[in-house]
Amino acid sequence: MLSFKDFGRACVVALWFMVLTFPLMVIKVNPIDRVITWRWHNMVWVGVGSFLCYLASRAWQIHRDARLRRIRLGQEEEKEPLSRRILQNPSIYRPLLAAGALFFLAFPGLFSTYQTNIMITALMYVVLGLGLNIVVGVAGLLDLGYVAFYAVGAYAYALLNLHFGLGFWTVLPIGGLLAATFGILLGFPVLRLRGDYLAIVTLGFGEIIRLILENWNEFSHGPSGISNIPRPGFFGIQMSLDQSITYLYYLMIGMVLFTIFVVNRLQNSRIGRAWFALREDEIACQAMGIDKTRTKLTAFALGATWAGMVGVIFAAKTTFVNPASFTFLESAIILCIVVLGGMGSIVGVIIAALVLILLPEYLRAFSEYRMLVFGAVLVIMMVFRPQGIVANIRKTYRVEEG
Amino acid sequence: MNPILEVKGLTMDFGGIRALDHLDLHVNQGEIVALIGPNGAGKTTFFNCLTGLYKPTAGDLLLTPPGGRTRRLGGLKPNHVTRQGLARTFQNIRLFPNMTVLENVMIGRHCRTRAKVLGAIFRDRRTRQEEREIVALSISILEELGLADMINEFAKNLPYGAQRRLEIARALATEPLILLLDEPAAGMNPQETRELDELICRIRDKGLSILLIEHDMKLVMSLSDHIFVMDYGRKIADGTPEEIRTNPAVIKAYLGEDVDDA
Repeated sequence: MLSFKDFGRACVVALWFMVLTFPLMVIKVNPIDRVITWRWHNMVWVGVGSFLCYLASRAWQIHRDARLRRIRLGQEEEKEPLSRRILQNPSIYRPLLAAGALFFLAFPGLFSTYQTNIMITALMYVVLGLGLNIVVGVAGLLDLGYVAFYAVGAYAYALLNLHFGLGFWTVLPIGGLLAATFGILLGFPVLRLRGDYLAIVTLGFGEIIRLILENWNEFSHGPSGISNIPRPGFFGIQMSLDQSITYLYYLMIGMVLFTIFVVNRLQNSRIGRAWFALREDEIACQAMGIDKTRTKLTAFALGATWAGMVGVIFAAKTTFVNPASFTFLESAIILCIVVLGGMGSIVGVIIAALVLILLPEYLRAFSEYRMLVFGAVLVIMMVFRPQGIVANIRKTYRVEEG
Repeated sequence: MNPILEVKGLTMDFGGIRALDHLDLHVNQGEIVALIGPNGAGKTTFFNCLTGLYKPTAGDLLLTPPGGRTRRLGGLKPNHVTRQGLARTFQNIRLFPNMTVLENVMIGRHCRTRAKVLGAIFRDRRTRQEEREIVALSISILEELGLADMINEFAKNLPYGAQRRLEIARALATEPLILLLDEPAAGMNPQETRELDELICRIRDKGLSILLIEHDMKLVMSLSDHIFVMDYGRKIADGTPEEIRTNPAVIKAYLGEDVDDA
């Protein structure tokens, strides 16, 4: 159980947090009236809260260690992780899946247009997360410039529509292909790099694309961007704003299902296995006869494709693109989704994308503290579940008798 | 009899250091050949040159499949070397730790199969057929190596001896002509070493040639048809186990020179 020492530690942690949050939570300066309000009650809340949180986490740790010890001594069976128990038991996950499907299908009918719009954004990040998951989660190539491919897709639609009048459905595959091409273009120079070095180069690539879009006025209209991009059409039917948002919502649902289908099949194929092997050990992977160059390039290309297509949808959704939408922060959020979800796990990435995009929206009740809460959730998550929401699950095979 | 693998004048320089110095070596079809030598003699460097991880400074590496044309291996990329029929294990085990045992072996089938991106997405009949064959063959290899009851375990959770065997299984899945084993008995207990001895003989009996680096002299002497001894990047002796046992140059390299003789 909790010892006296733990209470002492909890006090230290509480004090530390009180000092740390002092400027943010206690002092409030009103520059107009030139008065400072001291909100000491906030400090008490922080202190009590962090004291209790520390004790709770400590109790959990002690409980876990005790269980691990019992498992080691053979007094207790090792339990399968909860996520695995859910995902491998059809009688649990089928009803969950059905409920989820029903919820998402009925969503635009149940909630306001505003909510639907937020959900569309969240679904876009689901696809972006699944795309980046191929590169980072599966093939293990740390890509910090993923947003560049997103920008390529968005500008592909904006420019092709502006100059050639091409419609949404024509540009959707073109955007994907164009992003894949850029993926290969980025892939070639970084073939020999890995880890931190790869991260830096991809970060640079993302910035280069953004800066080109910002400064090449004749090509991209610079920081003012391109407006009046048409929304996706449906056999030429005129739609009101509400209708077109509902339409875009279902389009996005279709896109998500398509992505899950394709990504899942890719991961469980010869190529997917080669990606996983590349992540695990590059030298052994080559020695087993896998072409490193080709495997890396397909990962970059097939990862970028999804960003390109979502880029096209993004341009159609907002009817306006400018370089400010494609900053490094976007890449970082998408990377967060992949890491939080669990490297290489499709279900994990979907959950993480929904949580990470919807959470800040519904935390608006906490107004100015919402990013603080958001950050705290990320930190807590990484401390207690560094492997992500859904840890590595591999396909199992059975030996057939006879 | 034509050797299946012939190495002529292989030289490897790292800056000013000559790690391999005009090394000549050959492996005959169906033979177990051992490469021994003190630490730092260049044995693993030789393996790395052979499998394309290093590009040799000079020399020829010739592979002649039974009844086939001779091919040059020098300068090929590692994956192409594997495709030509050379598969290796590593001195410090290099499995894919977070993949299952079966998947590790399935990776070995990569260079003998062809499914592409579109095949993976549409899963046409040929791809499904190929996938079934990969699984069936991988399982049969694992059964042969006594790993069949742990196919769904993560490779990292296997005991040490089983990890060594899994590395061999993975190499066998590439359908090699020659199996290169880099210190397969390192860290094994006597019981495991005996099992390894039997396993290597079984693999040889199936028609593969084997080239192994090993420090366990008992294993080397009992297994090998031919032994090459290296020191300071050079070949200092070669012959049958009996010849090597009594070769003065070998004794000198391993035990140092006798003071009285000098």
